[in-house]
Amino acid sequence: MPSLQEMAKKEGAFAGGHRMCAGCPVPIFTKMLTRVTDGYEIVAGNATCCLEVASSIFPYSAWKIPWIHTAFENVGASMSGVETMYRALKKRGKITKPYKFIAIGGDGGTYDIGLQSLSGAMERGHDLVYICYDNGAYMNTGVQRSSATPMGATTTTTPMGEQSYGRQGNRKDLSRIMVAHNIGYVAQASIHDPVDLSEKLKKAIELDGPAFINLLSPCIPGWKIAPDMAVELARLGVETKYWPLYEVIDGEYKINYTPKKEVPVTEWMFLQGRFKHLNKPEYSDVVDAFQKDVERNWNWIVRQAASVELLSAEVN
Amino acid sequence: MSKVLAITGAGAMSEGMRQINPDVVPAFPITPSTQVIEDFSQFVADGKVDTEMITVESEHSAMSACIGAAAAGGRVMTATSSAGMALMWEMLYIASSMRQPVVMTLINRALSAPINIHADHSDSMGARDAGWIQLYAENNQEAYDNLIMAPKIAEKMDVRLPVMVCMDGFIISHCVQTMQLEDDDKVKKFIGGFESTYPVLDTENPSTWGALDLQDYYIEHKRAQHIAMKNAKDAIKKVSEEFADIFGRKYELFESYRIDDAERVIIAINSVCGEIKEVIDERREAGDKVGLLKIRSFRPFPYEEIAAALERVKIVTVLDRSESMGAYGPLFTEIRTALFDAPEKPMVYNRIFGLGGRELFMSDIHDIFEENKTYLETGKVEKMFDYLKVRGG
Ligand SMILES: Cc1ncc(C[n+]2csc(CCOP(=O)(O)OP(=O)(O)O)c2C)c(N)n1
Ligand code: SF4
Ligand SMILES: [Mg+2]
Repeated sequence: MPSLQEMAKKEGAFAGGHRMCAGCPVPIFTKMLTRVTDGYEIVAGNATCCLEVASSIFPYSAWKIPWIHTAFENVGASMSGVETMYRALKKRGKITKPYKFIAIGGDGGTYDIGLQSLSGAMERGHDLVYICYDNGAYMNTGVQRSSATPMGATTTTTPMGEQSYGRQGNRKDLSRIMVAHNIGYVAQASIHDPVDLSEKLKKAIELDGPAFINLLSPCIPGWKIAPDMAVELARLGVETKYWPLYEVIDGEYKINYTPKKEVPVTEWMFLQGRFKHLNKPEYSDVVDAFQKDVERNWNWIVRQAASVELLSAEVN
Repeated sequence: MSKVLAITGAGAMSEGMRQINPDVVPAFPITPSTQVIEDFSQFVADGKVDTEMITVESEHSAMSACIGAAAAGGRVMTATSSAGMALMWEMLYIASSMRQPVVMTLINRALSAPINIHADHSDSMGARDAGWIQLYAENNQEAYDNLIMAPKIAEKMDVRLPVMVCMDGFIISHCVQTMQLEDDDKVKKFIGGFESTYPVLDTENPSTWGALDLQDYYIEHKRAQHIAMKNAKDAIKKVSEEFADIFGRKYELFESYRIDDAERVIIAINSVCGEIKEVIDERREAGDKVGLLKIRSFRPFPYEEIAAALERVKIVTVLDRSESMGAYGPLFTEIRTALFDAPEKPMVYNRIFGLGGRELFMSDIHDIFEENKTYLETGKVEKMFDYLKVRGG
C-alpha cells in the first residue's frame, strides 16, 4: 500500500472547483479512486445526489476519469451495463487493457430508491465496486429523511414538533443486507480515516467481482454542523461505535478498529444541530434507546468477528 | 442462406437479434415479449451469438443497463411490453436524451389496470413523446425487416436516437406466419459495425455523461434532439431504400394501399391493417373506391407526406388502438394536424377500437366503410369520436 504522501502525488480522479459545500468531506474519497491502485483503467458512475449534481454542472466537470450519471435509483444497473459492455468488447478483442468500475450513490440512492438495482448488480456478480456515502438523509433535495437517518434526527420530513421528536424508529443496516448477498467484500469505512479507507478501496477494486463499501460522510447543512467539523464528527461516529469500522471478506467479519474507551453516543449527537432538541430530560428515553441500539449493533458485529476467530482456532 | 419459414412474430425478432449479434442485451421477461428473450438466451447458451446478456432484476434496470452499455461503446438491444415499458418510462427519456442508439422490440400490450395481456397501443403511444423513433409493423415480416433496419437508422451520426420496433401482442407475436428470413451474413453486412461516439470506456479521452444541464443549456440540447428526430425521417427513407436494393422489400414512412383513386380511407397501425386490406380488396371488386393508409413511422411523424397522400381523398376514418383519456386518439390528433394545411381537407373522424385485445373482424371493417359512406353522402360526420364494438356504446 502506498503512503498517503505517495498517493497524493498521483493524478486524482476529481478536480477542485466543484460546487460541493465548503467543508463537505465527500471529495476525500472521490480523489482517491485513481490513487489506491495501479494498473487499472478506472470508470465511475454516479446516482443522482449531491456529488453528482455538484460535480457536473454543464459545461463543466470535476471528473478527470470517464464518468456517467443517468438517474437516481439505478447506478447499480447503469454501471452493470457499462461493465458488461467492457466484457463484451474485451471478448471480441476490441479492448485489451484491464478496467475497474466504481458506482457511487448517496444513502437515498442506495438504502432506499436504488436498493433493488444495487441488489441486482451485486447478485449478478459484476466486477463493480459500489460506494455508498452515507450522510443520513436526502441532502441534495434539502435534507429529507432516508432509511439511513438515525433515530431522533430532525430532517425536513421528520421535523421536531409537538407530536414528534424527529425521525422515529431505527435506521436500516444496509451493510448487513449487503453481506447477505454473499459477495466477496463488504466494508464500513469512514471519511476521517484515509488510511483505512484507502486500504478498503484498494481491496474492493482489486477484488475480481462485486464489492460494497459503506462510508460515513457527515454533512454540513444536513447535520447542522460547522464547515470545519465534518472530519471530527466522522471520527466521533466511529469512537462512539455508532459507525463501526469493519470488513467482511468472503463472509468473515473483521473489526478494523476498536475504540480505546467507551464514549457515549451523546458526545457525537449533541455536537450536531439535528439532535440538539433531544438534549433535554424529557427525551432521555429516546437517547437511551439510541445508545442501546448502537451497543446492540456493535455487539452483533463483535460476535460475528469472534465466531470467525473461534472457528479458525478450532481448525488450527 | 435466405429461407422462407413459418415462425411467430416474437420468434422472428429473436432470429433478427441473433443475426445482429449485439454486444450486450439486458432483458427482463413480460408477456407477450418473453419469447424474444427466452429464444435469445438459448442462442447465447448454444453459442450462436457471443452477446453478453444481463438478466436484470427489472425493466427499469434493463433500460438503465442498456444506456450504460450503449454509452460504454457498443450495440445494445432489448425487448419488452406494456408494464415493462411503463417501468422503463424515466429511462426511455434518458436513453433518447443521452442519444444512445438502443434498439428495443416492443410487443404492444395494454397497460394495467385492469391487468390484461393482449394487444393495444397504450404502451407505445404513451411513450410517443419520449424521443424514440417508433416503427410499427402489420406482420412478422415487417417487424423483422424493421428490426434489421433499426440499428442502421439509430446509429446514423446525424440521428443517434433509440428505436422502438413495435408489433401487436399475441396477434403477431404469437401467431405463426410464413416470412423470409434473410441470410445471416447478408444481414450482418447490411448492418455493418458499430461506431461509438465519446464512449465511456475511452479512458484516454475521459468524458462526462449525464451532466446537470440548467437554464443556460438544456433547451439547446432538446432542440438538438428535435433536429435529430427530423433527420431520422431521411434516415428511415434512406435505410429502407438500401434495404429494398438488397432484400427486395420496399418500405416507406407509411404504406398507401389502394388510395390513389380512393374516396374513403381508413388510417390505422399494426396488425388490423391486414384485415382492412382484405376488406378493401373485397369492396374494390364491387367497385367501391376505398383504401388504407398504414402508419409505419409514428415518430418521426410524416405530416407533409401524409397530407399529400390524402390529397384527393374525401373522408378519412382514423382508427386508434389506444386512448388519450379526455382527448382524441393519438393517431387522430396527428392526422388532423397533418390535414390542417391541406387545400382541400377531407372529412376526418376518430374511432377507438381493440383496447385490451378486443378483435375487430372483417364484418366490423365493412361496417366502418358503410358508415363513412353515409357520412360522405350526407356530408356530415355524425359522431366525431366513438368506440367500436363496445358494450353499452
Ligand atoms: C426518481 C427520482 N425521485 C426523486 C428525485 C429527487 N432527488 C434527487 S437526489 C435526491 C436525494 C439524494 O439523496 P442521497 O442519495 O442520500 O444523496 P445526497 O443528496 O444526500 O448526497 C432526490 C430525492 C430524483 N432525481 N429522481
Ligand atoms: S449538502 Fe452535505 S453532502 Fe451535500 S455537498 Fe453539502 S455538505 Fe456535502
Ligand atoms: Mg444522503
